[in-house]
Amino acid sequence: MTTKQPFNKVKTPRESRVHERYLRHSKKFPNVWCAGCGIGIVMGSIIRAIDDLQLDKNDIAMISGIGCTGRMPVYVDFNTMHTTHGRALAFATGLKMVRPEMKIIVVMGDGDALAIGGNHFIHAARRNIGLTTIVVNNTTYGMTGGQYSPTTPTDAIASTAPYGHIEQPFPIAELAAVSGAAFVARSTVYHVRELEKYIAQAIEKEGFTVVEAVSYCHTTLGRINRWGTAPDMMRRLKEQSVTRRQADGMSEEEKQGLIVRGVFVDRAVPEYTQLYDHIIERAEAEVA
Amino acid sequence: MTTEPSARLMQGDAACAEGAIAAGCYFFAGYPITPATEIAEVLARRLPQVGGRFIQMEDEIASIAAVIGAAVGGAKAMTATSGPGLSLMQENIGYAAMTEIPCVIVDVQRLGPSTGRPTSPSQGDVMAARWGAHGDHPIIALCPSSVRETFDLTVQAFNFAELYRTPVILLLDEVIGHMRERVTLPSPEEIELVERPSTTVPPEWYKPYENFPADVPPLMPFGTGYRYHITGLHHDERGYPTNRSDEVQPWLDRIFRKIERSLSEILLYDADGIENAETLIIAYGATARSARYAVEKARKRGREVGFLALKTLWPFPEEVVEHAAARLHRVVVPEMNMGQIALEVERVIGRHKVRRVNRADGEMIQPAQILAAIEEWA
Repeated sequence: MTTKQPFNKVKTPRESRVHERYLRHSKKFPNVWCAGCGIGIVMGSIIRAIDDLQLDKNDIAMISGIGCTGRMPVYVDFNTMHTTHGRALAFATGLKMVRPEMKIIVVMGDGDALAIGGNHFIHAARRNIGLTTIVVNNTTYGMTGGQYSPTTPTDAIASTAPYGHIEQPFPIAELAAVSGAAFVARSTVYHVRELEKYIAQAIEKEGFTVVEAVSYCHTTLGRINRWGTAPDMMRRLKEQSVTRRQADGMSEEEKQGLIVRGVFVDRAVPEYTQLYDHIIERAEAEVA
Repeated sequence: MTTEPSARLMQGDAACAEGAIAAGCYFFAGYPITPATEIAEVLARRLPQVGGRFIQMEDEIASIAAVIGAAVGGAKAMTATSGPGLSLMQENIGYAAMTEIPCVIVDVQRLGPSTGRPTSPSQGDVMAARWGAHGDHPIIALCPSSVRETFDLTVQAFNFAELYRTPVILLLDEVIGHMRERVTLPSPEEIELVERPSTTVPPEWYKPYENFPADVPPLMPFGTGYRYHITGLHHDERGYPTNRSDEVQPWLDRIFRKIERSLSEILLYDADGIENAETLIIAYGATARSARYAVEKARKRGREVGFLALKTLWPFPEEVVEHAAARLHRVVVPEMNMGQIALEVERVIGRHKVRRVNRADGEMIQPAQILAAIEEWA
């Protein structure tokens, strides 16, 4: 039998206490995200991952581009920069070059990271520069109202694909893997603990790391396609995703349309700013 | 031999790179483009020698973005490009103006529009430097006319950028960038350097966009304990997005005011023989060299010719031009474009007083063309 605690004695859950420590108190809430949005879940996961790693807030920068996910940095109490559409990784590259000791987290949506910013994404991965990239993949442009993005599923209806979408989606994690990233993982906003774990691993790892957080947009793409409410779409993430191990035993046909979760890459590759330190040593030796 | 030991033959682009090093530039990001590539090549070698960092990015948009990112980290940072790259950089130049992040953008102008003639000079980016980024914002643009001046104005560009928290565009042209001249560079002690405004207030008091002091609030680098927000959205004093008109207009007024109140420091020019002049020549960049020759020729022929060589193009030196042309009725404005600074001169002193000498075919303006304009009119 459980005894009911009086209201004022109810223990605040760990999550709330942790979030409280990392959210900005000088910023006027509420946030810009729709009720039921998955981006807040990703933000919470990032905060808890940082708390687990016991990092100093002064050493963390969060940099974003444009879109719903681009609004995340303003709420968190780090060194934060909301840059131009698609360019967050390029801004972050400059910052990392001059502040290599900082932990820099770049948060982008799928349109931001892979359409307008696609070139920066593959080149940052190729360089293996020490940035942690979290791509919140909601498969659409939410802020502008449900246009098709580089990850919109084929045949879906979007506000700019009223007759059905004829393009194929980018597999973000796989793209990052072949482009040279040191660590690549994918999870969903339903699998919060897993997402949190991957984000912590990505932040800890030296080099360019990518976590694809599959989310949804119930107010635009979901509404247009009659995919249901936020809980309905959350349930889809649960039902339509499999782990890498489960996927290994499946045929290509069976895997169609499924979200494969797991760590795709975890390798030791020399990090860019550390390599550049050797360049400085060589150049200084040449002058001396 | 009486040559002083430090005298050497140097290219304009190399002088720009050395000027950057002398100014304390710690970071350069760029993308290859004629006729600016040499700046990147020199800095790829030189920057790590002095403990700085160089990176070749995937395009010009990424280059200016990385430069702004590095500047936020506290570094003096620069990129160099030519017209097509300047076009690509414009959105982020606007971002730097909006967020008041100091940075230097070198544009070695080539003949445009579009790919144009990559190895031919032009002064066609003057208006692009001023109005290329969307939205209202002030900008500083400097324009050297010799290799030594390229060195000096590169240092000056960094100083202005840091002092006023603004992007500064350095407008070279292909002739200045690729020309080799004998120069004696100043020793480090002779170079005056400026650091960006800083503060010692406790981090919780710090407001990166406060109107204090003197319209240029201190900019604290990321990673130094001052945690704050930077955004390209209109923002309040703390840097948080705002939709309040009563916060937007005062901010806009301030970023214009911070430049306007310092015009006496920012406006650089050489004036010569203005007092008794009957005709005034206003020129800049490589064209100022042809103009100077034409002025000397005309004076030998007994003409009273005044010469105003502009080094600061933006903000446009309105009062300087107004004053120089006050008693005159003839002002000749030669430039390697279809008339860009002439538009400003005409705006300030009236269209009827101005004769344009234009050439936008990839060739320099000859002194004879300027002389002819002086003679025809006399």
